[in-house]
Amino acid sequence: MPMRKHLALIWIALSLSTEASAAGAVHPNLGTPIRPADVAHWDIEILADGTGLPPGHGTAAEGASIFAEKCSACHGDNGRGTALWRSGAPAPPALINNDVKLKGMDASRTTIANYWPYAPPLFDYIRRAMPWTEPRSLSDHEVYALTAYILAESKVIDAKEVIDARTLPKVAMPNRNGFLPRFPELMPH
Amino acid sequence: MKPQSSVPGEDNSADQVAGNGLLHRRALLRGGMVAAGVAGAGIGPGATSAAAEQLVEPPWGLQVGDDTPPYQTPSKFAKNVARTLSNPKFEPRSSIARTPHHLLEGTRTPNGLHFTINHTGIPEIDPQQHRFVIHGLVKRPLEFTLDALLRYPMTSRPAFVECGGNSAPLFSPKPVQADVQALHGLASCAEWTGVSLALLLEECGIDPGAKWFIAEGADGPHLIRSIPLSKGLDDAMIALYQNGEPLMPGNGFPMRLLLPGYEGNMNVKFLRRIKLVSGPVMSYWETQVYTEPMPNGKSYNFDFLNEVKSYITRPSPGLDLKQPGFYEISGIAYSGKGKITKVMVSADGGKSWAEAALEAPIQPKAFTRFRMPWRWDGRPVILQSRAYDDHGSYQPTRPEFVAARGELDAVPSVLAFKNHHCNVITSWAVDHAGKVTHAYA
Repeated sequence: MPMRKHLALIWIALSLSTEASAAGAVHPNLGTPIRPADVAHWDIEILADGTGLPPGHGTAAEGASIFAEKCSACHGDNGRGTALWRSGAPAPPALINNDVKLKGMDASRTTIANYWPYAPPLFDYIRRAMPWTEPRSLSDHEVYALTAYILAESKVIDAKEVIDARTLPKVAMPNRNGFLPRFPELMPH
Repeated sequence: MKPQSSVPGEDNSADQVAGNGLLHRRALLRGGMVAAGVAGAGIGPGATSAAAEQLVEPPWGLQVGDDTPPYQTPSKFAKNVARTLSNPKFEPRSSIARTPHHLLEGTRTPNGLHFTINHTGIPEIDPQQHRFVIHGLVKRPLEFTLDALLRYPMTSRPAFVECGGNSAPLFSPKPVQADVQALHGLASCAEWTGVSLALLLEECGIDPGAKWFIAEGADGPHLIRSIPLSKGLDDAMIALYQNGEPLMPGNGFPMRLLLPGYEGNMNVKFLRRIKLVSGPVMSYWETQVYTEPMPNGKSYNFDFLNEVKSYITRPSPGLDLKQPGFYEISGIAYSGKGKITKVMVSADGGKSWAEAALEAPIQPKAFTRFRMPWRWDGRPVILQSRAYDDHGSYQPTRPEFVAARGELDAVPSVLAFKNHHCNVITSWAVDHAGKVTHAYA
């Protein structure tokens, strides 16, 4: 008995030390492998260079009617904002406000036209988050059309321009070089 | 508590460590008061006047109390300890609920009072159907269920979460008259329990080309943020529990990303996808919303860290002083970089400062409670706190902050986010009558 007890203690000590030495590397491995095709419906982000933009196209004229139907209730007629937004409360913003210039540190003066450094994130955001009551309900064609409409109303593109995966990344956003990244260059601060 | 031997009219000047009645923090140490010679420094009854009335048995001592509920809710006499809502009618816009710091103590925000910002309402996520995927630049893309994650080794740690827009009213050129809840209520601190993200990433096998990861939520906005992989391998957590219970729905149930010290929006709630990538995605939230226009015409982006900050929660607007005498000044300090090392308090608008007592344990990237004994003599004062962290950072004065970041042309709505990442010193003015208001000094 003493011998068995002794061996048992050695066994416990060994197993404890094994677990302890591997403490940082215990891998339960309880994830299920998933194929890229099975992630595809979620894998929708669009990079600034347009990577990920889907087939399809749209124009400002097509976007105008979609905007009136699905967007203007929150963003105002023609995207010019609602009274609630003008009151200064956190509210769906005006998307187009060509009279406002970026000035000083007041972020409420930023618009898509005077602030956004890239155009593809506009497609990305509309497709993933809008309309507010029915996110992800728009077709890619509708998203292209709305993107074209907002950019044309903002006087960033010509009203006749067709927006698609090839043209959207080429849209020159005026504030492209307006940013100073705090990471990693300026961190810590 | 045993009454202290207080001598009316006693001269406490020897215990004063800074102007307008700030007393040495040792006065707060139990048992240290006599040794420190500050027995009469305001801890005792001092100004107490009328005698107490004869005690009687109150009604609750004469009858049976209420039934016991399965989940406790606060006393009806504490119903005022509640969040304020930016969108009480649930109009089609963001819903923002702020923490009532002035009515809380300690360093953990109760779950029902943790601040929340939800852009498309609070999703009702069935945890059995929820899926969390890690893919992109990995050797083995993996899908995890909540049940699977619950079998992983877990860790607990306190961490504050703070919206990048917290304290935004202080960009105003004049003090916005609001309380600490309205000014600073978009920060809260909880003990979070969950699974190390680094562990899960190791199981997926990180491709050498991965430098960032993007995190995405499962609710309506499908919010997406880019995060340096170095942070993911450092102290990032897939949080499943908040102060010991499953996450609150508004805080990300059934799982959220926790990035201690990084701005709240990056701590993606309802987390369903992490994708390892070579560079940031440049989403709406990181190229428009959480950016900071500067006075020089340029704008900061990728400003992740919540800077060192503090504010006095008591006294503060709404908690007026009823009479001169002893008060404990109490407040919160935190830094996204690490631990709080020191909090200095002033009662004369910054002319003189004294070091506050910090309550242990002082934990990195978490709320630290500071306390300062104070005898108010009834004259107007301006109370301030200034926090320092273990990375050498400290809060800027108002002139320093305005020189670096600018200020607005006009007083904004208290609800507006005119810029982000404000950590300027907060000042409370106390007038002759004891009324406390927001001030600049």
